[in-house]
Amino acid sequence: MAVSDVTTSDTYAVSVRRWPITRLLEDERWLAFVLLLPTLVLLGLFIAYPFVKGVELSVTDAKVGVPGSFVGMQNFALLLNDSIFRVAVWNTVVYTAVTTVFKLALGLWLALLLNRNFKGKAFTRAFILLPFIIPTVLSTFAWKWMFDPTFSVINWTLFRLGLIGTRINWLGDPSLALISVIIVNIWRGVPFYAISLLAGLQTINPELQDAAAIDGARPWQRFWYVTWPLLLPVTMVVVLFSVIQTFADFQLVYVLTGGGPANATHLFATYAYQIGVGTGLLSQGAAISLAMFPVLLVVVIVQLLYIRRVETL
Amino acid sequence: MIEGAKWRRWVFFYIPLSAFVFTLLFPFYWMMVTAVRPDAELYRPWSAPNYAPFWTAHPTLDHITYLLQETLFSTWMLNTLFISIAATLISLFCGLLAGYALSRLKFRFAGMLGTAIFITYLVPQTLLFIPLADVVRNFHLGDTPWALILTYPTFLIPFCTWLLMGYFKAIPRELEECARIDGAARWQAMLYIIFPIAVPGILSAGIFAFTLSWNEFIYALVFLSSPAQKTVPVGVTSELIRGDVFYWGSLMAGALLGSIPVAFVYSFFVEHYVAGLTGAVKG
Repeated sequence: MAVSDVTTSDTYAVSVRRWPITRLLEDERWLAFVLLLPTLVLLGLFIAYPFVKGVELSVTDAKVGVPGSFVGMQNFALLLNDSIFRVAVWNTVVYTAVTTVFKLALGLWLALLLNRNFKGKAFTRAFILLPFIIPTVLSTFAWKWMFDPTFSVINWTLFRLGLIGTRINWLGDPSLALISVIIVNIWRGVPFYAISLLAGLQTINPELQDAAAIDGARPWQRFWYVTWPLLLPVTMVVVLFSVIQTFADFQLVYVLTGGGPANATHLFATYAYQIGVGTGLLSQGAAISLAMFPVLLVVVIVQLLYIRRVETL
Repeated sequence: MIEGAKWRRWVFFYIPLSAFVFTLLFPFYWMMVTAVRPDAELYRPWSAPNYAPFWTAHPTLDHITYLLQETLFSTWMLNTLFISIAATLISLFCGLLAGYALSRLKFRFAGMLGTAIFITYLVPQTLLFIPLADVVRNFHLGDTPWALILTYPTFLIPFCTWLLMGYFKAIPRELEECARIDGAARWQAMLYIIFPIAVPGILSAGIFAFTLSWNEFIYALVFLSSPAQKTVPVGVTSELIRGDVFYWGSLMAGALLGSIPVAFVYSFFVEHYVAGLTGAVKG
C-alpha cells in the first residue's frame, strides 16, 4: 500500500482520523445501515406497521370512532356469505383475466408495428404513451362522457353508421357496465405493454431474423420460433406487474360506475372502499382488502422465482 | 422496410397503426372539444338541425373561466404540485442511498433486504388504505399535505431504489477504487464519483416518480377531506359533480388543465420517462 502512505498527509486522511463518524462510515456494514435507515423507517411506518394493523383490524368489529373488540375470523366468515362480495371476487377475476389477454395481444401487435422503421416513429411512440401518463381519473372522465346514456358520441357514431337502432346504455346495464370498464382498462394498459415490449424487441439482434429468413422461415414462423421465445422474459415480468395492478384496481370502477348498477361492477378495492370508508365498517373493509393478499402473494412469489431463474441462467 | 406489394403495406402496417393511434388519442381530442363547447351545444339532442358532434363552430372559454374563478381548481393544482415535488425529492433521496447500499456494499442481509424492498414495490395502494388511514390519523397528519408526502414514498422509494440499483451495478468498481486510493472516504467516493455518473438514472426515476405522485388517487381520496386540501384528481372528482349533475364542460376543462403539468414534464423528457418505465419493469 505504498500509494496510501504517500497520501496520508492528504486532507481526507486527516479528516478520517479527526471525526469518529467518518471512520465509522468506512466500515461497509455501518455505512449500509446509515444509508438504508431513512428507507427502512418510512417503509416500516407506512407499509409494515399498517399491514400489521390491517390484520389486527380485520379480526375485530371496529367501526369509525369505535375501537372494537376481538371477534376472530367472523369478518371473513361474513364475507363468504356476502353475495356482493362473491360478485366482486368473480368480477375481479374476469376483469384481470380478460384485460390481461387483450392488453398483451394488442400491446404486442402495437410493439411489432412500432419496431419497424417509418417516418415519424419517435413522434408516434411519444404520443401513444399518453393514455398511460395522463392521470387515470381524468382520462376516465373523458370515457364516462363518451359513455353518457344520452349524449354518447360512440352511440351517435354507431347510430349514424346504421349499426344500432337504439341507444346503448353502456354504464347503466349491469352486464354491459363491466365490459365498458374492461374496454377503458385495455385502452389505458395497451401503451404500457407496447412500450415495454418494444424495449424488449429492440434488444433482440436483427441478424437472428435475417438468418431465419435465409433458412426459409415464413414471417409467422420467424415470430413464433425466434422473436417470441427471446421476448418471453420481458413479457412475463410485464404481465405479472400488470396483473397485480389490475387485480387491485380502484380508480376506473370508482369513476365509471362507482360499483353499480346495483353493485354489479364492484372489484375488491371498490367494495372495500364502500364498506370501510363509505359505510364506516373499518374492520370489514380491512378484511375485504386483505382478502386480496393471498392472490397477490402467489403472483409475487411466481415473479421472484422467475426473476431468480432468469438471473441464474 | 416492409417487404411485398403496396397493398400489403397498407393492410398490415398503415391501417392497423392508424387505428391504434386514433383509438388511443381520440378521448383526449374529445376532452378538448368538450372543454371549449358551449353548454347549449353539449346537451343538444341528436335530432337537432346542424348537429355536429366532432367540432364546434362557437368555441367558448366559459368552462375554463368558471373552473378558475368559481372553483378551487388553482389551489388543487398548487397542492398537487407541492405534494408531488416533495414526495419525489424524499423518494429520490432515500432511493439513492438505499440503491447504493444494496448494489455496492457487502453486508449481512443485503439480499434479504433487497427482496423485501422489491416486495413492497409490488404492494398495491388498495391493499393497505384502510389501516393506513388510521395510522395517518394517529400521527395527526390527516387532512394535511404531509399525509400524502410521507405515504407516497412507500410506493416511490422501492421503485427508485430498484431503478437506481440497475444504474449503480453498471458503474465499474475501479472508478470508486481509484478515488479511495487517492484518499477519498467511502461516502465521498459515493457522493462525488458514483452519484454524478448516475444522473440519467436519477432523472428517469424523478420524472417517473413525479408522474406517479400526480396520478395517485386512493390515498388522496381517503386521507384528505377539506376541499382546499385536495389534489387535482380528487378535487375534480368530488367537487365538480353536484349530486347526480355532471358539469361536463368544466369537468373536461379540469381534466385537460390537470393533465398539462404531467404532459409538459413528459414531453421534455420522453426518453428518460421511457427509460424509467422499461427499467422499472426489467429491474
